[in-house]
Amino acid sequence: MSKKFFSDMNVMLGRSMRHIFRSMDTIITVTIMPIAFMLLFGFVFGGAIQTGAEHYVDYLLPGILLIAIASGISYTAYRLFMDMQSGIFERFHSMPIARSAALWGHVLTSVVSNAISVAVIILVALLIGFRSPAGILAWLAVAGILALFTLALTWIAAIAGLSAKTVDGAGAFSYPLIFLPFISSAFVPTESMPAGVRAFAENQPVTSIVNAIRALLYNQPVGNGIWVALLWCVGILLAAYLFAMRIYKKQV
Amino acid sequence: MLNQAINVKDLQKSYKKLQVLKGVDFAVEKGQIFALLGSNGAGKTTIIKILTTLLKPDGGTAFVNGFEVLTKSDEVRQSISLTGQFAAVDEVLTGRENLVMIARLRHLKDPRQAAQGLLNRCELQDAADRPVSFYSGGMRRKLDIAMSLVGNPQLIFLDEPTTGLDPEARLEVWKMVRELAANGTTVFLTTQYLEEAEQLADRIAILHEGRIIANGTLGELKKMFPPAKVEYVEKEPTLEEIFLAITSKKEENQNV
Repeated sequence: MSKKFFSDMNVMLGRSMRHIFRSMDTIITVTIMPIAFMLLFGFVFGGAIQTGAEHYVDYLLPGILLIAIASGISYTAYRLFMDMQSGIFERFHSMPIARSAALWGHVLTSVVSNAISVAVIILVALLIGFRSPAGILAWLAVAGILALFTLALTWIAAIAGLSAKTVDGAGAFSYPLIFLPFISSAFVPTESMPAGVRAFAENQPVTSIVNAIRALLYNQPVGNGIWVALLWCVGILLAAYLFAMRIYKKQV
Repeated sequence: MLNQAINVKDLQKSYKKLQVLKGVDFAVEKGQIFALLGSNGAGKTTIIKILTTLLKPDGGTAFVNGFEVLTKSDEVRQSISLTGQFAAVDEVLTGRENLVMIARLRHLKDPRQAAQGLLNRCELQDAADRPVSFYSGGMRRKLDIAMSLVGNPQLIFLDEPTTGLDPEARLEVWKMVRELAANGTTVFLTTQYLEEAEQLADRIAILHEGRIIANGTLGELKKMFPPAKVEYVEKEPTLEEIFLAITSKKEENQNV
């Protein structure tokens, strides 16, 4: 970890950011599905769902953001897979550069591009009536949780991108991640679910993360829930990071 | 050893049960164009991957520019460049951006100037600011080689540099290789085109069934071949005939 590492990683980050800005369609496809869900639930299903919140979109937004991130990281797996296939990683690895810089470049790019999609979705939410009384500190905390969540999922994406045998395989792992928010408190209160499903929903990571973000956005006490959410994010992040690095070191 | 760009002794490598390299020995002097010939699957790319620190050998020793590949891999990477079998260029970036990227990774003082110099040298100025996805196969390969020249490494590995190119593009790549050697760069190339080795190489080694079965100048290899019989038309053996003759002879010996 030195000056060389950061300068090399900076070059790698610049490279993959160019990929993103030259194919804006990836950002559009990443944001369109969550926005569609938001409109669908906000205007079609929402009227029948009793959450206690005044506007359903206020209740909905945290879960929508998590879905956006879960689908956004599949592009990271895709880009990583393509780099492994095309031989450009071989070129990088035969050069005197910090070896993990190539991987970190992809990871940071994932964080930046997901931040852009999240910002776009929040703008659309504001347009359809989302309002939050939260102050700047609460928003910063929300940004921090979302960034940790993105990093955790990105390292899972790195595992998929590094070990996949086909392009489809590199992308397919994200479907269960996109589905996870549906069995959580993201759309409906968990109290309405049957006992078995409810037990799963209340103890899986998405619920604690959604609840923490929701509490922050509405100036409610976060309680111990936020620590559970952070623990989940950091735990997944570390486990996925170590596993991805092991695969990476074995391959290069 | 001082004058040697590459020194390989008893190099061995297996993939699971398949033994690809069964004890490979050869040396390449500095400033030479050295061609490694062999059919598909002979292990040419495996040798290149070991010499460029991408793969660890199971046994034997390999020195590149005086540095052992396993223990001094950073020094090896500093002094070499690899142009792999598949063009390792970034399709989304322009030709110029590709070159600047590599120059930055090599920590050159003026990456833009280095890029411009190579664009001129490789006659890619006109396409410099177009994304590589619009390049023809030949242009892509030229850019690929240009990216390997960034920072003037002493030794360049070219893994089947003209496979899949049309004859005209092939001639252009040959010209680039000759210019490199004229400037004192050592070139290690693999090829399955015998004519390519005949045209370019100072020294040719033939890899067959995991071992080097012949190694010498074109003239020396020709001497290994039975003298041309005097017929109505006198004909020197082509390298292709030499290659086929010694590889089949080797097989006969092993079958006995």
